[in-house]
Amino acid sequence: MENASKKLLANQKSLTHISEFHQLMDEKDIMLVYCGEFSQELNKTLLAFTERKFKSENVEDNTRRKMFNIMVEMLQNISKNKVENTGEDPGISSVFMLGNSSDDYVLISSNMIRNDKIPPLKNRLDEVNSLDKEGLKQLYKDARLNATFSETSGAGIGIIDIARKSEQKLEYNFEEINDTYSVFSLLIKVSK
Amino acid sequence: MKVINIPATEDTPKVVLDHENKIFEISGRSLPEDVVVFYQPVMEWLDNFENTPIPNMELAIKLEYFNTASSKLILDILLKLEEIYQDGTPLKVIWYFLSSDTDMKEAGEEYSEIVGLPFEITEY
Repeated sequence: MENASKKLLANQKSLTHISEFHQLMDEKDIMLVYCGEFSQELNKTLLAFTERKFKSENVEDNTRRKMFNIMVEMLQNISKNKVENTGEDPGISSVFMLGNSSDDYVLISSNMIRNDKIPPLKNRLDEVNSLDKEGLKQLYKDARLNATFSETSGAGIGIIDIARKSEQKLEYNFEEINDTYSVFSLLIKVSK
Repeated sequence: MKVINIPATEDTPKVVLDHENKIFEISGRSLPEDVVVFYQPVMEWLDNFENTPIPNMELAIKLEYFNTASSKLILDILLKLEEIYQDGTPLKVIWYFLSSDTDMKEAGEEYSEIVGLPFEITEY
């Protein structure tokens, strides 16, 4: 009897969470949230979902294509750069979100990164944010010409491409978890 | 020379390299996670083509989407063709873009600025 009422209470609590979560999604106008394991198979599913949604909402073609391109780079950045599980891995899930504000579409990704990978990534993000359209074009051309294939799996060229398609400054954050790992969050806007 | 005919999938393009029927085409979406593996047969085909070139090949590139890793590989393909062209085999690349797709048009223009071979950019 006691167990049954505990169970009921727990259920009610989780239902409250769901309605709170639902309310939050409505307020922030979130179209898609995925949290968990990322793979190319999953990426394809998320891309197909988004494409259908944008088509049904008659999003302008160029905007839709820019969003698709940015999403591919963000998702593959997560799925290709999984941190190896060494036991010290704090096991924080990766997240991808797609939302809406009055002026922009907003794409957010968040994933674990080894602390030693942060400096080159941060340099690239700051470099990209300091450049105008022409500067980004030149940087993209140079980086692509000089990249080796081990680098294309890194965020180097992807970040430049994202910045070119977004046409807005990239917002990012690194939050240190422990001596080895941090969480890297990236927020990209695309004007409607 | 071997004929290559790879059908398109959700994240990889259709690739036809068929000297018998004179069809040379890469079209669709190129978003594979491992581009090197996907394009391996294409690079091998190009190595053979370099050894036994057939004049006046026209390679049609008609992509809807490509990821940055594919963008690097497309550049490698074009640089290889540039080498073959500059060694004396006439050939041409035709880059197709949808009339509303300005980014794809610009991508073609950027490639044409880098590689030294006949490069046509055409709306469809």
